[in-house]
Amino acid sequence: MALKIVKGSIDRMFDKNLQDLVRGIRNHKEDEAKYISTCIDEIKQELKQDNIAVKANAVCKLTYLQMLGYDVSWAAFNIVEVMSSSKFTYKRIGYLAASQCFHEGTDVIMLTTNQIRKDLSSPNQYDTGVALTGLSCFVTPDLARDLANDIMTLMSHTKPFIRKKAVLIMYKVFLKYPESLRPAFPRLKEKLEDPDPGVQSAAVNVICELARRNPKNYLSLAPLFFKLMTSSTNNWVLIKIIKLFGALTPLEPRLGKKLIEPLTNLIHRFLSSVIAVLISLSSGMPNHSASIQLCVQKLRILIEDSDQNLKYLGLLAMSKILKTHPKSVQSHKDLILQCLDDKDESIRLRALDLLYGMVSKKNLMEIVKKLMVHVDKAEGTTYRDELLTKIIDICSQSNYQYITNFEWYISILVELTRLEGTRHGHLIASQMLDVAIRVKAIRGFAVLQMATLLDNAHMLTGNTQRNGICEVLYAAAWICGEFSDHLEDPLQTLEAMLRPKVATLPGHIQAVYIQNAAKLFATVLRAQEGVPDSQKAQETSQLLIDRLPLFVQSANLEVQERASCVLQLVKYIQKLQQKEVAVAEEVSALFAGELNPVAPKAQKKVPIPEGLDLDAWINEPPSESESEDEKPRAVFSQEEPRHTRPRHTEVDEKELARRREARKQEQANNPFYIKASPSSQKVYPEVPGVEHIPVVQIDLSVPLKVPGMPMSDQYLKMEEERRQKEKEEKKKKEKKKKKEKRGRGRKHESGPESEEDITPAHTVDIVTEEMPENALPSDDDDKDPNDPHKALDIDLDKLVQLLVLLFPHYFAEMWWKKKHFPCSVLLMLLYLRALLSVQVYDIQGNLQDGSQVVVSVIFENKSTSFLKSMEFNVLDSLNSKLQRPDGAGPHDGLSVPFQLPPGVSNEARFVFSVQSIVMPQKLKGTLTFIVKSEESSTHEKLDFKLHFTCTSYLITTPCYSDAYAKLLESGDLKSSSVRLEGVSMSFHHLLARICFHHHFSVVERIDSCASLYSRSIQGHHVCLLVKTADQTVSIDAKCDEPSLLGNVLDEIKQTFSMC
Amino acid sequence: MQFMLLFSRQGKLRLQKWYVPLSDKEKKKITRELVQTVLARKPKMCSFLEWRDLKIVYKRYASLYFCCAIEDQDNELITLEIIHRYVELLDKYFGSVCELDIIFNFEKAYFILDEFLLGGEAQETSKKNVLKAIEQADLLQEVRHNYFL
Repeated sequence: MALKIVKGSIDRMFDKNLQDLVRGIRNHKEDEAKYISTCIDEIKQELKQDNIAVKANAVCKLTYLQMLGYDVSWAAFNIVEVMSSSKFTYKRIGYLAASQCFHEGTDVIMLTTNQIRKDLSSPNQYDTGVALTGLSCFVTPDLARDLANDIMTLMSHTKPFIRKKAVLIMYKVFLKYPESLRPAFPRLKEKLEDPDPGVQSAAVNVICELARRNPKNYLSLAPLFFKLMTSSTNNWVLIKIIKLFGALTPLEPRLGKKLIEPLTNLIHRFLSSVIAVLISLSSGMPNHSASIQLCVQKLRILIEDSDQNLKYLGLLAMSKILKTHPKSVQSHKDLILQCLDDKDESIRLRALDLLYGMVSKKNLMEIVKKLMVHVDKAEGTTYRDELLTKIIDICSQSNYQYITNFEWYISILVELTRLEGTRHGHLIASQMLDVAIRVKAIRGFAVLQMATLLDNAHMLTGNTQRNGICEVLYAAAWICGEFSDHLEDPLQTLEAMLRPKVATLPGHIQAVYIQNAAKLFATVLRAQEGVPDSQKAQETSQLLIDRLPLFVQSANLEVQERASCVLQLVKYIQKLQQKEVAVAEEVSALFAGELNPVAPKAQKKVPIPEGLDLDAWINEPPSESESEDEKPRAVFSQEEPRHTRPRHTEVDEKELARRREARKQEQANNPFYIKASPSSQKVYPEVPGVEHIPVVQIDLSVPLKVPGMPMSDQYLKMEEERRQKEKEEKKKKEKKKKKEKRGRGRKHESGPESEEDITPAHTVDIVTEEMPENALPSDDDDKDPNDPHKALDIDLDKLVQLLVLLFPHYFAEMWWKKKHFPCSVLLMLLYLRALLSVQVYDIQGNLQDGSQVVVSVIFENKSTSFLKSMEFNVLDSLNSKLQRPDGAGPHDGLSVPFQLPPGVSNEARFVFSVQSIVMPQKLKGTLTFIVKSEESSTHEKLDFKLHFTCTSYLITTPCYSDAYAKLLESGDLKSSSVRLEGVSMSFHHLLARICFHHHFSVVERIDSCASLYSRSIQGHHVCLLVKTADQTVSIDAKCDEPSLLGNVLDEIKQTFSMC
Repeated sequence: MQFMLLFSRQGKLRLQKWYVPLSDKEKKKITRELVQTVLARKPKMCSFLEWRDLKIVYKRYASLYFCCAIEDQDNELITLEIIHRYVELLDKYFGSVCELDIIFNFEKAYFILDEFLLGGEAQETSKKNVLKAIEQADLLQEVRHNYFL
């Protein structure tokens, strides 16, 4: 054995060690590959030896080669061998090699489990440490599962050196094997207060990372972290904690307020956390405008700093604030524009992001001009493409809200087509189409520009790759064809569209070319037929007949089909022309009619024809669901649809989504369909009859061409001049202006600056997209139906309606009587209502016990949040008391025995004891509950009133006519009567209503006269004689308790007055 | 942190540490791409890059670039701070470190990094503690080495 060791060490003297290898590689710069391949051969030899020292040396060299990019996966098993050496020297190398070379796909990892376990429990802390370090790099789900327990034990190791490693590696284990989180969490929490600062910071690190993925679960740790933040002096830990609070504050608004003080203290202490603070502030405290203002000012200082890093971070933080507080950022426009000139692409990209949020009508042209300059200067295509998309984004945002001059925009688009090698041809094309179709006033101008584009198509066709710039030809051809009336020289454009070069364009563009060539042909014919010289018209036909065969041979089916159709048509026309028949009218009839844009929501707005129930089953559904549908609803018939609906609509949603998808596919291939612009979610100005707004023609007195200046610049200049002129005029005719302003057609959003000063260059009516007839011009479908705040967005009338709907006749009375109910209270109520509705569904007397009433309450969760811990409480009156369990105090609430997931309703019953039933009763009550959403959980309170009507004490009891007669004859009943005017319902209906709402039963009915009976829970008899004649109903009633009778009659009267 | 790369001005990789398991092919591709982008940037530019969905934070020390990839929500400045701390550690350990130190003792450079960062998170913020741990482990290595040799 000893000999072997000696022999091994002698061998080693001749081996290359790592230093030799590195030196060798550096000395063989010319034939590095060859040198390394001989080295690898040597290493293979070394690995075959038994001596572990030799093996370790070989593995060490392999690790170096791996870094240089050579494949060493073949040595994985040898690495495991070295890892399992008992000597720390080799073990260290083995684990290093493993952490560099192993990944999830390495199969020998399976073999390491036991070795790692052994090392983890080694008495030598460095063995354990090295194993943990290695494991952190190649931990797999299997390893995580098998070793989670061992690592958890190590978290309480005596040595902080091990503890901190164990804590950190737990994060990796959680990621790979999430089940381990629950059992390990208490121990992890414990480590937050570890005496060793290293372990503490490790625990903070892990929890911060975990919280970033799911902040909600870590809210409970906030106080602990708060303590850490105020006590810790370790900057690294502080930054992590601040980041954690950044994630927590949106969930718990109170936290934000608490944080302001310690955070402002921190701001003064160091810079790096300023950024962290700013970012967490901007996302965490939406209402603290003063501190936001301060932040923005501080950020400006950062951005102005000469340090590029600070500049970048300042811009980054700025863009976070822009999302919540656009106004405070807008004032720094000058600075942002300056950053666009920066040499650094990272900074320019950040600045671009910010620009999007700060354009206004006033500065749009200026900003875009700046961007255009950058487009020309930009070197990299990525940056140029980014610029291009940003320009279009900026201009088209909010339904072109900021564009005052569409001619300028078209020229910008045309200028953009000159970019070489862009990938966004499609984007430009769709913008051209969108503008040309929706802005009527611009069509003439757009068509002329497009004709020029078509004429110069050869400039664009260089790049035929997908989405290349040639895509704009698609738009150009379509616009020229569709709005050919505006063309100056349609014949020339037609010729341009049929050049042989067109055949090199992508198929879908060729197809559009041909279709629109046909449209142009129709226009040309119409123009030429008026002229006596018929030769011209025939020449045009001949042109098509000559050129089209090229396309008939196209490999693209669409092109081929369209070409042959058009060709046949033209041949036929030519024949007719030779017979001197006028055909122009008929040909243009082929393309008659205007194609209007279709609103994205049009399909939804198609009114459902009467008698068509979309929710109805076409085939009967499987029987198991039927019973659910037939749940009887005793009192409120109108609420039934609400309960049955969701199931249907869900099916519908899926179906809708599928159809939508199909439609999208269809539209994508349809040249006549204008795809939704990126801003399509916005509400389109839905002014009825925009068509009638006079379209002012462009004032051509200003020369259109300024030599040596790109087109868009002229507009900028024109715009400036125009604004100047306007300003002067404004001064002169201040009064007149006011009047004008009111009459302006387009809506103006007030921008950051006084936007009112800027009138559009020429009145532009953005054509309302087509909606089906009868569609309601509502815009509420933009809103998220699940948003509880939506409910606040209605006017008072609707509000009252809604309340009545929510609280049928129990609340109705109250609203009618107290019309001056403060509006704010209403809103408050409604907000809570939107979260939860409490509906008293039934109040039923208990027959067994004459003093008990059972109230059934339906709780419906209308919010998107989870509601729990509901507690129902009523303020008892002398007469009526809520029955509480034994031992409960008279003011304790009853907990509702269920929780409500979003959208679910459930029913709970409460028993009340009532002494006297002759009078109606109102009880005030409160429902407290906890709203748990993903971000937060808050305590809410909902006040309600329970209205015990006298009717609710009546119980439908059948009575035979002879017993009824006897009862009336007995003479101990007091009588009373009531007359109802203007009741138009049928007698049958009327009876049914009384019976249903007031718990009566019909004893006998003769023609338009009927006798009814009911009994109270305390045994009072109530008899009614109902007669009707000419819309007048008279009710004569008898009862042994006159006040009960009076109240019942009042309630009956109420029922009929409400309908 | 997702990974850390050290490379020279010539684009030669000097050290790589991956905290996310990726295949060798993927690693190579990322390395090549990043080295190119970072080297193309001028010295006066800022230390941050957006690359794919990651943020790249890099800093040049003498002829070496230290380059870290962090996730979107991570703090850039703290990453710069980590890079700087690592350089300080190397400096302390080797005594005014140069590129050659890292080339010839690359396993040591890894050991230091492993003591400083674990699984992409800062493990020990105290310089003293890191160096102490390394020295002790080295000592152990030497002792055993001599004992067995």
